[in-house]
Amino acid sequence: MRIFGIKLPNMTSLILWGLLWELLGQMEVSFFLPPLSSIFSTLLEIYHTKAFIRALVETAQAFLGGITSAVVIGIPVGIFMGKNRFIDELLLPWVNMFMSAPLTALVPVLMVLFGFGLKSIIITTTLFAIWIIILNTRAGVMQINRSLVDMANSFGASPTEAFFKIYFWAALPEIISGIRIGFIRAVKGVIIGQLLISIVGFGSLFELYSSRFLMSHFWAVILVLFALAFTLSELLAMLAKRFDYYASKRG
Amino acid sequence: MNSNQNAVSVKNVYKNYGDVEALRDMTLDFPKGQLTSLLGPSGCGKTTLLKIIAGLLPATKGEVYVNNQLVTTPGPDRAFVFQDFALMPWASVIRNVAFGLELRNVNKSEREDIARKYITQVGLSGFENSFPHELSGGMRQRVGLARALSVDSPVLLMDEPFSAVDEQTRRKFQEDLLDLVKNENKTFIFVTHSIEEAVYVSDQIAILLPRPSRVSEIIRPSGFRNKDADSIRKDSEYLDTVEGIWKSLRSYVE
Amino acid sequence: MINRSLSLKLLSAILIFGAWEISSRSGINYAFPTFFESMSALFDMIVSGLIFKAYAETLKPLVVGVLISTFLGVGIGVWVGLSEKFDWLVSPIFIIMQSAPLAALIPLIIMAYGIGLTSKTFVVCIMAMPVIVLNTSGAVKNTPSSLIEMSKSFLASEREVILKIIIPSASPVIFAGLRLGVSAGFIGAILAELKITPTGVGDIISYSRMTADYPSMYAAIFSIIVLAVIFLNVLERIEKYLFAGNNKGYIS
Repeated sequence: MRIFGIKLPNMTSLILWGLLWELLGQMEVSFFLPPLSSIFSTLLEIYHTKAFIRALVETAQAFLGGITSAVVIGIPVGIFMGKNRFIDELLLPWVNMFMSAPLTALVPVLMVLFGFGLKSIIITTTLFAIWIIILNTRAGVMQINRSLVDMANSFGASPTEAFFKIYFWAALPEIISGIRIGFIRAVKGVIIGQLLISIVGFGSLFELYSSRFLMSHFWAVILVLFALAFTLSELLAMLAKRFDYYASKRG
Repeated sequence: MNSNQNAVSVKNVYKNYGDVEALRDMTLDFPKGQLTSLLGPSGCGKTTLLKIIAGLLPATKGEVYVNNQLVTTPGPDRAFVFQDFALMPWASVIRNVAFGLELRNVNKSEREDIARKYITQVGLSGFENSFPHELSGGMRQRVGLARALSVDSPVLLMDEPFSAVDEQTRRKFQEDLLDLVKNENKTFIFVTHSIEEAVYVSDQIAILLPRPSRVSEIIRPSGFRNKDADSIRKDSEYLDTVEGIWKSLRSYVE
Repeated sequence: MINRSLSLKLLSAILIFGAWEISSRSGINYAFPTFFESMSALFDMIVSGLIFKAYAETLKPLVVGVLISTFLGVGIGVWVGLSEKFDWLVSPIFIIMQSAPLAALIPLIIMAYGIGLTSKTFVVCIMAMPVIVLNTSGAVKNTPSSLIEMSKSFLASEREVILKIIIPSASPVIFAGLRLGVSAGFIGAILAELKITPTGVGDIISYSRMTADYPSMYAAIFSIIVLAVIFLNVLERIEKYLFAGNNKGYIS
């Protein structure tokens, strides 16, 4: 999009929306929409408070715990499914099912089985992220070019060598793509977990601020959260691009 | 040259893409009722020129006349056959063939009748209700050809129409094209990078060279035109003409 | 082949449900009823009609939300795909919405719109729209230029190009986006019920949890998952049927 011949980069319309927000906020159009500037100043007040930092840490803990389990469990399962037809036929319907199922419905079960604390949230996060990691890893393994396998054998590579020097790299673009989507789902999972379980992390902050109608505080936390999620997503996209040059098109 | 004998005239056409000069001062005439080839190595601007004649690309400078009328956009006087077939994958063969007529608001039964006639003419009868993905490459291109014929334009523009099919199908298409030119009273403008193909099908060959794009010569192969399909490929004048063109183009092949 | 895959599916179902039954009997956790207990609770709910009333409630915001998201989402998506200016203006919002945990906005929506149908429908909409808009705009932008050129060579007007070429060409991806949107909308609907006011199926879950009627809770959750999966599978089949030839046949 060009103005006066100068090309405007992609996300710049956000500046426009930000200005609109500020304007609407200043005009006090709605109690629920404070001006952007006051949200920023509130953010500066609270980001170093104990409550905020604790929320951030708890959320980060749950997120990292969840994503790590999802990766550590998901990748091997995906590899097994990609290599072994019997296991694949047994497990694939379930993986597909949980991919499309509204996982939110499972959260009450987790609450009931594992209590109201960090453990439940970590499990929620893992559940949100793991299915796409499994599916993409499986796809990455299954699309390894038969010729590469033959090539490895013809040069006498041992199974370990073949795995680490060839198969791993051949499947990597798909795996990274799966991890990237997994990360985004994990963020949603950790928030949904906190919303429903709501004693820890940002969930507790949301409860606190909304019950006291502290709108600027509430929006400040939301903006931080959204910015973090977006940055994470873009960083992973950049990482994925590095492996893109040799990724084959699926299907 | 009497301008009434030319279906299409290109006069001093320039085409620039930013700083890149794709066509420079192109002037060329296309005699009515004949097949003229635009032959040349890649980068010589032949497809660009064809699209300018079709009205799909605007010329930076210069004019194109079709039947002595100045043209700048697509019109009912020209029909295009695409290199990659450009078939709508969600539509049946008959709908694809009738598409040009559909856009001219011809009513359904009438346009389907016309389409059926041309589907039979290109040898696809029985496939009216098939879909593109069910057809081979050669069959898809015949659909594209039937579509172009259905709108009954006096000028037919063909952009490397046989390059995306296999060799055997390609040779058959070339033979069929000769019949088509003989039987239809249309002007054909044919873009190709194959010397044998150009010499085989053309009444007139315009050889284009790249950087800068220009017409280097015009050849009118004559002696063997009336021989039958197989004999042409063995005719000594045919072979000599091909060889001669190859020698002059050789230095332009990367 | 068909028999093998079907029998393997049955086998894995039996294995999983069997594992459920056995592990719950071992008494790991009092809140873990057996498979059969849960199924009989489900049966009771079906017989009493309770579950149908509940789904009628739950489906209201879901259906309304999905319909709004579809019409609005496809409309915005097509506009974004066709207009560079509108794309620049509006895309960043949906791109951010896609990676952001939109569920975080629910407390805000409750504050602003209360706890009724409006809030829940709103939740469904914000969950479903981003993927619909982005899929649609992507599909529109990726219409093969060869087809557009072809239609122009046969004298199509701008309107005809949009209606006869761009939209049919984009339809498979738009439909896939709708399917993903429905999936996200489901999540939104359930979240809305668990968090906002308990009605419908969400109410069964919350209430049975609070009264420690675990078989009913598990039964309700089981039914949601089964229904969602069946529905999305049906959509996928419709998609495959409608758009069978679409991804092949552009060139060779």
